[in-house]
Amino acid sequence: MEYFIQQLANGLTLGSIYGLIAIGYTMVYGIIGMINFAHGDIFMLGGFAALIVFLILTSFFAGIPVALALLAMLIVAMLMTSLWNWTIERVAYRPLRGSFRLAPLITAIGMSIVLSNFIQVTQGPRNKPIPALVTDVYHFGAITISLKQIIIIAVTAVLLTIFWYIVNKTPLGRAQRATEQDRKMAALLGVDVDRTISVTFVMGAALAAVAGTMYLMYYGVASFNDGFIPGVKAFTAAVLGGIGSLPGAVLGGLLIGLIESLWSAYFTIAYKDVATFALLAFVLIFKPTGILGRPEVEKV
Amino acid sequence: MSQASVSENTGVMGKAVKEALFAGAMAFGLFLLYVGIETYQNINNQLVWRTRWGLLATFVVIAAVSRFAVVAFIKPHLDRRKLAKAKSGVLEISEEKGFFHKHFLKIALVALLVYPIASVMLAGTQGSLKYVDNFGIQILIYVMLAWGLNIVVGLAGLLDLGYVAFYAVGAYSYALLSEHFGLSFWLLLPLAGILAAFWGIILGFPVLRLRGDYLAIVTLAFGEIIRLVLINWTDVTKGTFGISGIPKASFFGIWSFDVGAPNNFTKAWGLSMSSAYYKIFLFYLILALCMLTAYVTIKLRRMPIGRAWEALREDEIACRSLGINTVTTKLTAFAIGAMFGGFAGAFFATRQGFVSPESFVFLESAVILAIVVLGGMGSLTGIAIAAVVMVGGTELLREMEFLKHVFGPDFTPELYRMLLFGLAMIIVMVFKPRGFVGSREPTAFLKQRKAVSGSFTKEGHG
Repeated sequence: MEYFIQQLANGLTLGSIYGLIAIGYTMVYGIIGMINFAHGDIFMLGGFAALIVFLILTSFFAGIPVALALLAMLIVAMLMTSLWNWTIERVAYRPLRGSFRLAPLITAIGMSIVLSNFIQVTQGPRNKPIPALVTDVYHFGAITISLKQIIIIAVTAVLLTIFWYIVNKTPLGRAQRATEQDRKMAALLGVDVDRTISVTFVMGAALAAVAGTMYLMYYGVASFNDGFIPGVKAFTAAVLGGIGSLPGAVLGGLLIGLIESLWSAYFTIAYKDVATFALLAFVLIFKPTGILGRPEVEKV
Repeated sequence: MSQASVSENTGVMGKAVKEALFAGAMAFGLFLLYVGIETYQNINNQLVWRTRWGLLATFVVIAAVSRFAVVAFIKPHLDRRKLAKAKSGVLEISEEKGFFHKHFLKIALVALLVYPIASVMLAGTQGSLKYVDNFGIQILIYVMLAWGLNIVVGLAGLLDLGYVAFYAVGAYSYALLSEHFGLSFWLLLPLAGILAAFWGIILGFPVLRLRGDYLAIVTLAFGEIIRLVLINWTDVTKGTFGISGIPKASFFGIWSFDVGAPNNFTKAWGLSMSSAYYKIFLFYLILALCMLTAYVTIKLRRMPIGRAWEALREDEIACRSLGINTVTTKLTAFAIGAMFGGFAGAFFATRQGFVSPESFVFLESAVILAIVVLGGMGSLTGIAIAAVVMVGGTELLREMEFLKHVFGPDFTPELYRMLLFGLAMIIVMVFKPRGFVGSREPTAFLKQRKAVSGSFTKEGHG
């Protein structure tokens, strides 16, 4: 039982990170119907920004409090990825918005290749380890929960609340929901569609940066190709939960995190990704729109 | 009149300067951390950093200058040209085609047939290796893969992000069956295709109900599952070590290309020992396989099943209400597309003599899909051109020794291969969203075949 709860905690931590990335996928998909393949690499860029800020901070202020360092890393990483995603949307996706569906997908895949190779060229292909930031652990009987895990889950919960509030209660969120439902109609009613889409990309990028910073703090290492696997898993999470649905993305992320850690704990670690992908195929066969997704109504 | 154009000109210049400053500022923000600061490990294996302001300044200046050039010169020029074209009233499609255009296919085929002979004559037996193997065979493998995927994506409109899985199935079928049962390449080539087609159907069944992006993610997941199984099922596949010593293909069983064999090709013909002959043979083999793919695609498009694929791509609901069985239509598209992937895989295994899961990563699927879309979906010629440009271009980068003299001896052009590939993908898509060959010839027509602009066709709605 203790073992199970321990794995549950590990799974929830991992799932929170996936959920944060998945929101970026699901929002972009909801609003312009495009798979933003480069989103995983935006997550990776966020991790690298946090890493570089950490190095600079520790070399100038050796004894800086961890909380302050983490906050600075988060803020800079969020600014960085927001700027990147805003630019990417302007340069690579906006010119293709009226085009056929596969065109932005191809530029997104191209962007993903460019971003990971850009970091490989400018920062080198080796893994970048940093010393552990947060080392405290708490014992509850036989269960060990580290402060890192608590921070990750708490940050995710707080961000999700803020996010939920923005999407559901503010004029900006209303514009986003309107654009999602009918872009042309929203534009006719005075919603600045271009701006709303840009803001959506920026919000997704900021969450990906948080996920990147948390990932760096949790594993203590960053690499140029970190974007792909978490990116694919997060996208799987978004589809599993029902793409376009915010709670679905979080639910999918948590589910995938849980499956991954429970599968590695009770079966074999080698096939944990196979289990994740097989579950996705299985769910989609019986519920083709994901767990919380609305069925598409098709007009002829 | 002249005053107006002058003030308009200064307006353009002012705007260009403003945009250039903005682009420079953006570039500064974007690259500040990633280019301006370098992280590296010092002797104690600690991660430290140093600044690279010079490089950052270069990036900023390049961004500003190129933005200025685009706004001040390139865009007005393009606008003027577009205006002139609109005024003259000549549509591009109705243009009289030149001799080269009309006979493009014949010229291309003849050029391909004489290519290995020409490279042997120009570069010598050993020198031809590079041209035949690195350029010829490499490009043709991608042409074949892209044409195979074209059946699934371009004709049937099913977005497949895991095509490389079938390539892997073909390669491992050949590698394993030849290793354990000693079967020959000529027996295993069709068998690899059949096995891949079988996997295509297995994948096809669960995803039949899915549409568009759901289909894309499940095919991606399927590709990853195959790769992960290849990595982890070490008893059979030897995991990441891969399988080496895969036998070479023989000349239809008559001559062998193994060095020690009594009926060795070079011995039988009294030629000097060289692997170049094997590569030339492989070149013609993959060329024949490509031609087979093209022939089957063209024939299928005229058959009911090909028509059904294209109807499915245009509108699934209309298709269903006309009584087309979408289940078999989708499954045959998957199976036939996968079969060509399997052929290409078996060829790949015999060419390399070594297979490992490294060769079948998602990036390969993305590259193949990019070639299909960049070439203009459904157009065989366009796809072939895209493969030559994208694969040949990146291979060419390996050859650019002179860049070392420009950027110093530490410069390795290979590092920038994928970076440039990705950039090319973005740039081509932004400027030519319909791909290189945007117009397409309809398969069914009344009286006269007319080219249709790509903008009037839709595809890939799953």
